[in-house]
Amino acid sequence: MDNLKEAEEDLTVSKLREGFPEATFSVRSFRNETTLLIKPGDLIRICRHLKEDPGLLYDFLSDLTAVDRLGDHPRFEVVYHLYSLQYKRWIGLKLHVEEGEAVPSVTSVWGTANWHEREVFDMFGIRFEGHPDLRRILMPEEWEGCPLRKDYPVQAAPKWWEEGTAGD
Amino acid sequence: MTERRTMTINMGPQHPSTHGVLRLVLELDGEIVVRCTPHIGYLHTGMEKIAESKRYQQVIPITDRMDYLAPLSNNLAYVLAVEKLLGIEVPPRAQVIRVMLTELTRIASHLVWLATHAIDIGAMSVFLYAFREREAIVDMYEQVSGARMMSSYFRVGGLFADLPEGFERTVQSFIASFPDRLAEYEDLLTKNPIWIERTRGVGVIKPEDAVDLGLSGPSLRACGIAWDIRKSNPYSGYEQFRFEMSRGTHGDVYDRYLCRIFEMQQSVAIVRQTLESLPGGPVVVADPKLIPPPKPMVKQSMEALIHHFLLWSAGFTVPAGEVYQSIESPRGEYGVYLVSDGSNTPYRVHFRAPSFVNLQSLPRMVEGRLVADLVAIIGSIDIVLGEVDR
Repeated sequence: MDNLKEAEEDLTVSKLREGFPEATFSVRSFRNETTLLIKPGDLIRICRHLKEDPGLLYDFLSDLTAVDRLGDHPRFEVVYHLYSLQYKRWIGLKLHVEEGEAVPSVTSVWGTANWHEREVFDMFGIRFEGHPDLRRILMPEEWEGCPLRKDYPVQAAPKWWEEGTAGD
Repeated sequence: MTERRTMTINMGPQHPSTHGVLRLVLELDGEIVVRCTPHIGYLHTGMEKIAESKRYQQVIPITDRMDYLAPLSNNLAYVLAVEKLLGIEVPPRAQVIRVMLTELTRIASHLVWLATHAIDIGAMSVFLYAFREREAIVDMYEQVSGARMMSSYFRVGGLFADLPEGFERTVQSFIASFPDRLAEYEDLLTKNPIWIERTRGVGVIKPEDAVDLGLSGPSLRACGIAWDIRKSNPYSGYEQFRFEMSRGTHGDVYDRYLCRIFEMQQSVAIVRQTLESLPGGPVVVADPKLIPPPKPMVKQSMEALIHHFLLWSAGFTVPAGEVYQSIESPRGEYGVYLVSDGSNTPYRVHFRAPSFVNLQSLPRMVEGRLVADLVAIIGSIDIVLGEVDR
């Protein structure tokens, strides 16, 4: 996107670079929000560092979701929003994954990721490796398709409804 | 006999004390809950999917239907997110009115919580009293927007309309009488030995577990953690108002009760300040590309006619980008993650619903407790299933 520009090095970014020199990530800033673009392979190590470094303490995973960029490669973006309760700071993380590729689960870092990742799995079909209980959460277990994918219609009825075979 | 036998039972989805269509599969050892597995999604209506095919202003009514006990809080988070993407700030009068109404919403929502929570545990009278007060606030919604519940009063760029004549007097008389009423409810419950017996030490969650599970709002503050988005990341001008954050110590059902009661008192203080500081001026931004022109102008000015036509047929476009805007709703952190591709409909909207996240900590609170406590604990985390399932 044009108006996403390289951010000035904010405190979180400089501390992360300092404590974790081997990680490769790029920084985007838009409307005073800083987002780190990271690689799936670095995810767990970066998350642990963000959570445990005494100068960062991003202990609160407030949100985890995904975006389907149908037509782009890689197709999906997985987004993490973190708060540091102590320093009252906010940061976003983002990674790109191709269809069929699995993302490491962050449930071992923040327990709250459990339901969020199940929701992303349910709605987008993105698998999370190392998730303790990865199954659908909002849709029925036998549901076909992933409703929030861009190639899924807004109005669609399941097959059993169309065919009138409910309860068979 | 060393073999331990457990029994599995279903609670819900139509159980009156699950506050909607929540289904819990309980594994019981006698009367002790060994394992509790929530099953959700019965009310899933694909709101995020629907929002992708609506124009920006048309998403506002969807947010009402999510947390139907605090419609204006949801409206606020969404319109703030769109305004952040647009890079605009609404006029001071609109900001203060937004704060006033969201705080009244907080009172209304906490009153429904108090009413249903109390009736779950067996205190019938509080239910009737709390609904009486809530009715006064619902009437205020009707005065400003015409609708009692699904008010959709906030708009991207300001408000649907200015406050009606005499509205400030209505609010004034409400906040004059409400603190005494609240004290009456406290008389009924706070020192009531039965209430304390049912709630004290029940459903305890440790502060570190609460943070790990993403608990937010009064339930998190009841554990002693000072976290309120109105304080930490102020929005809509909250930094101008003086109020205190609720804090508990034990993280049990009783402390959650005390926190919410305290929050209602603080909301009254905020509403009083908004009335004192309510500035004059417009309630919408002066941007004809965003706000429809006044109707008489449409008949006189060609420009106005074009803007009117465009806004009602195609809406407005929003610059490409993505933002996350969170607010402190009555239930906790309500966040809106909004992605725009530069068109007139959102590319992706995600609602970080506090009820959804808070519900996840239920098993941690109930396992090892009695079935009877479960009812008190569900009430104490104050979930709205419309928001859990979205």
